Parts: sequence; C-alpha cells; structure tokens
Amino acid sequence: MMRNLFSLNKIYIFSEKTLTFIKSVFPVLLILGLTFALVLSPPDYLQGDVVRIMYVHVPSAWIALGTFSTLTVLSIINFIFKIKILEIVNLCIAPIGLLFTCLAIITGSIWAEPTWGTWWAWDARLTSMIVLMFFYVMIIYSQKHIKPKNRSLMFTSIISIIGAINIPIIKYSVEWWNTLHQPASIKITGETSIHSSMLMPLMLMLLILLLYSALIFLMKYKTEIIKVKRSGVKRL
Amino acid sequence: MLTFKVKRRIIYLGIFCFTLFLCFFYVIKTLNQSLLYFKTPSEIFDDQNLDLSKEIRLGGMVKKNSIKVNKREIQFIITDLKKEILVSYKGTVPNLFLEEKGVIAEGKLKDKKFFIANRVLAKHDENYKPPSENQLDKK
Repeated sequence: MMRNLFSLNKIYIFSEKTLTFIKSVFPVLLILGLTFALVLSPPDYLQGDVVRIMYVHVPSAWIALGTFSTLTVLSIINFIFKIKILEIVNLCIAPIGLLFTCLAIITGSIWAEPTWGTWWAWDARLTSMIVLMFFYVMIIYSQKHIKPKNRSLMFTSIISIIGAINIPIIKYSVEWWNTLHQPASIKITGETSIHSSMLMPLMLMLLILLLYSALIFLMKYKTEIIKVKRSGVKRL
Repeated sequence: MLTFKVKRRIIYLGIFCFTLFLCFFYVIKTLNQSLLYFKTPSEIFDDQNLDLSKEIRLGGMVKKNSIKVNKREIQFIITDLKKEILVSYKGTVPNLFLEEKGVIAEGKLKDKKFFIANRVLAKHDENYKPPSENQLDKK
C-alpha cells in the first residue's frame, strides 16, 4: 500500500491535476487580490499609500520562514528514515524559499526608505533575514554542485539543521532586542494591531503567494520526476 | 520496530542538535549587548562607564510639544517615559518623524543630558489603520 501511495506515476498524475486546478483559479485570485491591495484597501493614517508594500512584504517573509522550516523537518526525516522522495521535494522548495526571502528583503527596503529614512539598518531582524538568505544560497549550492550524491545530501541536511536555529531568532528578534523593525502586528495569541480592512487583503495576498509557490513547486517537481524516470530507476 | 541503524541515526542527530543549541545559546548570550540596535535614555543614565567619544544610537519616543525648529537646527527631546535626553540635529528628518512616535538618533553624547545627532531615523510602530479610524480614536 505504501509503495502504491508513493509510486511516481500516481504522484505525477496527482500533481498534474492539482496544477490544472491552480492554473484555473490563480489569475482570477491574483486580479482580485491586487485590486484589493492596491486600490480598494484604505491608506494608512501615518504612512499613507506606502503601506501597500506590506501586502507583499509580510506574506513573502512568512513563506520564506515556513519554507525553511519545512526544509529542515524534511531533512531530519530523510536523515533518519532515508525516504528518497523527500530529497526531491527539498530540491524543489529551496529556490522558492530563496525567491521569497529576496522579495521580503527588497520590498522591505523599498518600504523603509520613505518611512524610516534609510534603505538598510543592521538591526537584529534585518541581519538575521540576510543570514537566512545565505543559508538558502548554501543549501542550493550544496544541492547542485557538491557531487557525490550522499555527500551533497549530508551537507544539505547539516546546513538546514544549523539554519533552523536562525528561524526562532528571526521570529523573536524584535521582542528580545531593541530593533528598528517594528514588532509583529499579527500574533498567534493576543490581539492583532492591523485594522480589519487591511487584514483581509493581507490574508488574500498570502493565499495568492502560497498558490504561486505551489505552482512553481509542482512544475519543478514534475520535471524532477521525469528526470528520475529517464535515468531508469524503477522505484525510489 | 526501529532498526538498529535508524536508532543510531536518531541518537547522532540528538547529540548534534543539543551541542548546536548550546553553542548558539552561549554565542547569543555573549553577544546580547551588541545586538541592541539602540539604547534608551534610562540605559544611558544607568551606564557607569559610558564612552562619550563613541558613536551610539539613542532610541525612544519624541516628547510631546518638544520639537523646536530654528534656521540652524532642530531640537527635540527623546524620552522613554522615565528619563529624557535633549537631541540637537542638523538636517532633514524622515516623514514619520512626529511627536509621540518612535525615533532613533545616531550620533554622540555630549553628556548624559545632551545628544548631538548626525542622522535621525523614524521608528514605525506595529499599528496599521485607515485615517478615519484614527479620528475615531481621538474623539
């Protein structure tokens, strides 16, 4: 039963179906989300229209952190139980994480110029975000260029486990130390300090960016499966 | 149920993570002071061996009705609601530099009461709301 569930053909067909579904809803949602974020939502009482950058910045940062956590968990499971399919998943999600980390950093510094008065500051939050970017770069490098397969796997696992320590540091940097970056507005427990008319487009944009990452992931995943099939391996 | 190899890997991983965690814990603990982006007026006041020649960042809230602008410079008071420091600055301030909002000044201390800034940054808080909502709050 397990082998059946993980058989490459089934996964391929499943991802094909999901892709078609995402492709059909994505353009509609994108137009809807962007209209809400850029036109319909109100400007901020202090920042004015600059606040609209937040609708891209915050979800990208969340996805960047979430992707790294996933990467670490999958690496640990793979290290212990040696499930080969997780390697391919890791191979596909690392570039997505890098993309969203860069997006968060770039949009953040565009936002910072008019509000803080500087493009960049070496405070705890911003620095740990740069460190996250370097971890992604290292992981992608070791996946692609370190040659014997098991060695590359070992390096990737070690880097992702070391990098996992950075995740709580990013999350709590704004609470543990004085930073220029403001504390989190949306808390898991407690009150949210974003007005509901701004929270709705934010969540919509999160959904859209998640769908977008699923789209890239599935496309890359399909190619990787085809590569495995070509190389003549019957089962992973 | 778990094979010998799997058990061994779990133990290796456990030891690895534990050492890693300890290392990072001590590194962060040692770095704690230098990770602070700015100092509050109270921290400066409590600091016994303060180096006045060193460039520091001072952060806090701009006191209400304390901003004075003349031709040469802009003066304001940074407060953390316990201690206050007078800041003098020549140059342009960011858009979000307002009374009762967060601010960070980069520069040197003259003494524990007076600060000469060569750069002023605005610190934004975590509240986001439309303008109409803000007027409701004030009423």
